Amino acid sequence: MTQVSAPAFEALAVGDELPAQTFTLTRADLVRYAGASGDFNPIHWNERFARDVGLPGVIAHGMLTMATAVRLVVDWAGDPGAVVEYGVRFTKPVPVDDVEGAQVTVTGKVAVLDDDARTARVDLTASTTGPDGASLTVLGRARAVVRLA
Amino acid sequence: MVNPAVAGRQYPPTPPYEVGREKIREFAEATGPHPAHTDPEAARALGYPDVIAPPTFAVIVAQRCDAQLVLDPEAGIDFSRVVHGEQNFRHHRPIVAGDRLVAVLHVDSVRSAGGHSMVTTRSEIATESGEAVCTATSTIVVRGGE
Repeated sequence: MTQVSAPAFEALAVGDELPAQTFTLTRADLVRYAGASGDFNPIHWNERFARDVGLPGVIAHGMLTMATAVRLVVDWAGDPGAVVEYGVRFTKPVPVDDVEGAQVTVTGKVAVLDDDARTARVDLTASTTGPDGASLTVLGRARAVVRLA
Repeated sequence: MVNPAVAGRQYPPTPPYEVGREKIREFAEATGPHPAHTDPEAARALGYPDVIAPPTFAVIVAQRCDAQLVLDPEAGIDFSRVVHGEQNFRHHRPIVAGDRLVAVLHVDSVRSAGGHSMVTTRSEIATESGEAVCTATSTIVVRGGE
């Protein structure tokens, strides 16, 4: 498998990997996303409320995790408007510690090439670190279809 | 449980949502910066008439649209039990600053499994003049009572 840096459609092959990235999400990022998106559910900023509803603590908005994962594709494609379709399943929450924040590691791989549409489907994985240090997959079926020149 | 009779229902178009440059900037700063979201010249260099919205920006319009179902007493959705299960955006073209977007909510399915309800909704987002912009599909899980 080759690492791709500039996605000329003809140069791509199924299995090509995008450069992986790790993003840090802090409580401030959650508050910023709440304001930008209008999603003020207290599970994303109120520790006591989050624990009372059975969560390990404050968790990231699923939509923020989704937005974070697609950064890998946007950085690779160089054009956010090239993402013609993007979908995910939310499989596990991302707990965000008040001091440490959370690390979300994103990987991506070219899974399907459509010669007629000149699009590539990139399958993404997103994971964070659980309390025991194990890696937890937080998105399922995360797929972005990108139109390429 | 969610009322299965709401499946197939369609709601009237939402009032227009006007996409502002500064709202795009704010959302991009919260989700991932790129010059095409904040610099009109950079957006034009990529072939767009003005700054474009990030790939998940449409959620702002879609969740306002979904609220019609969540707040519909006939649907019987207890929002405190709602968990977001899946989300998909199909962009017919990027959202551009200045767009005035209206959305029509379709309830595609209501399913029950394991005491929970899964509701899939689809917001068809278009300009006021009817140009298709984005199809946003969302599945929520409404957890059953203990």
